[in-house]
Amino acid sequence: MEITTHDLLTVLHGMGFGALFMLAFSGAIVELYRLSAPGLPSAMSVREQSMLNFYLIAMVVLAWLTVFSGAYVIYPWYRAVPPAGITDLADYPRRLLLSSGKTSQWHNLGMEWKEHAAWLAPIAITMVAYVTMKYGRSIINHRKMRVGVLAFTVAAFVATGIAGAFGAFLSKYAPVRGGEVIILMGGGK
Amino acid sequence: MTDRQKTAVFTQAAETDKPNGPGAAAILAAGIGSAIFGLVTLASEVSGAIGRLLNFYDPVGPLSGKTTVGIIAWLIVWFVLARLWQKETVNMTSVNIAALMLLGVGFLLTFPPVWELFGG
Repeated sequence: MEITTHDLLTVLHGMGFGALFMLAFSGAIVELYRLSAPGLPSAMSVREQSMLNFYLIAMVVLAWLTVFSGAYVIYPWYRAVPPAGITDLADYPRRLLLSSGKTSQWHNLGMEWKEHAAWLAPIAITMVAYVTMKYGRSIINHRKMRVGVLAFTVAAFVATGIAGAFGAFLSKYAPVRGGEVIILMGGGK
Repeated sequence: MTDRQKTAVFTQAAETDKPNGPGAAAILAAGIGSAIFGLVTLASEVSGAIGRLLNFYDPVGPLSGKTTVGIIAWLIVWFVLARLWQKETVNMTSVNIAALMLLGVGFLLTFPPVWELFGG
């Protein structure tokens, strides 16, 4: 069983950071909605507030790790320019997608939208974490602020969804390959 | 005292303890930052010269400049608004509407078919 360094880091970017960040939205949205919903018991204990703060800080770290690893580690491999005369474009995902009318829109729409929309998520979730921590339990007294915070949380989720969905499809049609081979496990036949 | 006993109680006094200015500044700055990122992205896509100008780091191309400029602009706007509204209580409805509209602009301008409308 083998994996290349490019494969491994792509998985770390997509699954280790991105998917974990996306999964965390379910908890964040529920908790922030609970704070915002009229008629629900919304007051938080000190422990609950600390947990929410820790949770949101973890989301902020994951969000920034996702976009920076995507842009500065994976993207250069994706957009690598093949040497002149090369016919096998398997190691050059962008060029591979653009080489056929059947796949070019995966780059022109999918990758182009993904690589830009993704950056809206860390901006939004950083604000959400800051406001939630700044106001602590007293945020329950600022109903309209909570609405704004919740709206930006949903927007961050949408941006992450766009990036994640296209990332999954792009990995299907033009995976980032190459790098050193790491042997994970020896096998029989 | 248990955690439950420590639970915060809604009071008018608490409402006035913390002005909404710092929170509003963060929300509006996030909206403005998103819109600026969208505008920089659009400018880079429709103008080859701007695209080349934003190529801060060759392996990443213009994306390096778009994100750097967008993030720095967002942080500067946040810093300025936070200073201005540090002790203020502002109209949160207006801030929310403005911030969400600006966020919408940010989303719209990162959508490739929109670039084509501007010749991108």
